[in-house]
Amino acid sequence: MQSPKLLRHAWTVASKDLLVEFRSRTAILSAAVFVVLVLVVFNFGRDPTAVSNVDLAPSILWVTFTFAAILAMNRAFQLELENQALDGLLLAPIERSSIYLGKLIANLVFVAGVELIGVPLLALFFNVRVLPYLGPLLALIALATIGFVAVGTLFSAMTTRTRFAELLLPVLLLPFMIPPLSWAVLATGRLLAGRPLSEIVGWLNMLAVYDIVFVTLAVFLFPATVNE
Amino acid sequence: MRMLQVGRWLTAIGLVLLAGVYVRALSYTPVEQTQGLAQKIFYLHVPAAIWAETAMILVGLASVFYLFTKDPRLDRFAAASAEVGTIFCVIVLTTGPIWGKPIWGTWWTWDARLTFTLFLFLLYVGYLLLRGAVPDPAMRARYAAVLGICGMCEVPFIHLSVYMFPTLHPMPIVLQPGRPKLPGSMLTTWLLSLGVFTLLYVGFVVQRYALSYLREQLEAAGEVGHA
Repeated sequence: MQSPKLLRHAWTVASKDLLVEFRSRTAILSAAVFVVLVLVVFNFGRDPTAVSNVDLAPSILWVTFTFAAILAMNRAFQLELENQALDGLLLAPIERSSIYLGKLIANLVFVAGVELIGVPLLALFFNVRVLPYLGPLLALIALATIGFVAVGTLFSAMTTRTRFAELLLPVLLLPFMIPPLSWAVLATGRLLAGRPLSEIVGWLNMLAVYDIVFVTLAVFLFPATVNE
Repeated sequence: MRMLQVGRWLTAIGLVLLAGVYVRALSYTPVEQTQGLAQKIFYLHVPAAIWAETAMILVGLASVFYLFTKDPRLDRFAAASAEVGTIFCVIVLTTGPIWGKPIWGTWWTWDARLTFTLFLFLLYVGYLLLRGAVPDPAMRARYAAVLGICGMCEVPFIHLSVYMFPTLHPMPIVLQPGRPKLPGSMLTTWLLSLGVFTLLYVGFVVQRYALSYLREQLEAAGEVGHA
């Protein structure tokens, strides 16, 4: 397994997916509208006099991202079901791991796009000051997202070819999302409350460890999900 | 089939011994000073919890070896272990609140150990649901193995994330560094109970294993019959 080749092939797979998405733009538009709607629902699902916006913002942010990411990941391998495209992809003379990495990159770009829409909307709708903490917040979002998208991409490769795929993915994935999610929520809360960065370094480290463990694991396990 | 009978016998002996453990726990073991009779549930709760977690690790290990060897016996074992682990999780999650209500004054709290067990239960349920959703046996075994390995690797992370929350749960008193802080008669009862639960785990797993073997035989025979 040569790593430059692996990454080049991964990028080819990812750019194919992203091109398909860019040409149609249906999924990203639906996901964007979905994010707006979840944020609006949150506005009506709370009592603004009881809980202040800053206290609730981390939960709103991460619950929104969770649901949006699950929707996005269901899409990744669904795309390949049409016309048995997956078989074609598997026949290509490339490592199976690079197919996984490609899908992972495409999913990450997609989810990042959705999150880039979500953060300013959160600041706008809930009047949360985001700008002063933008750098650390983006780093935190990136670290948490990589972890659960890595697991989600692996699982969606399995669930798309089962019955009730749309339901099975969240059922399998949510227990795996909760550890990174709980750290991300705690860290976001500290960040938005203007606490010093040193308080969240521990969580960032744990998120990084989670990312490394699960990306590595998924790279090795992915071939087992597609071998015929 | 012999294996099924062995499993049945082991389970039957385990259940009789479990009744014996309870006779001993209720009549021959001293009542705990502060918790009173509620503490008796500990003899059921802790061994079940230990086996619920061990079963997940065994599922993970069997899955790792399955992916290398593709031996269907390992897959059957993983499936059996996951089902038994689910049941043990249910035992932990029901006995816990029964104890928690008189002692803590609440059925449920988002305490580290409770949350951990709930996660474990959800992992097991996901694993069994995935097995149920894939019709092709070879594919089912591979998918289940992937999920089993991920589940095993997630256990330390759940530990990490839940142990950062403050806890109400009693700290381990048996499995801890140094000597167990438990009077001798209670420790004996507890060890007996752990033994009985081990027997029950083995008994259930052997039965479940034999059952999936028979089912596979039946499916194979059915296919031959149709062809």
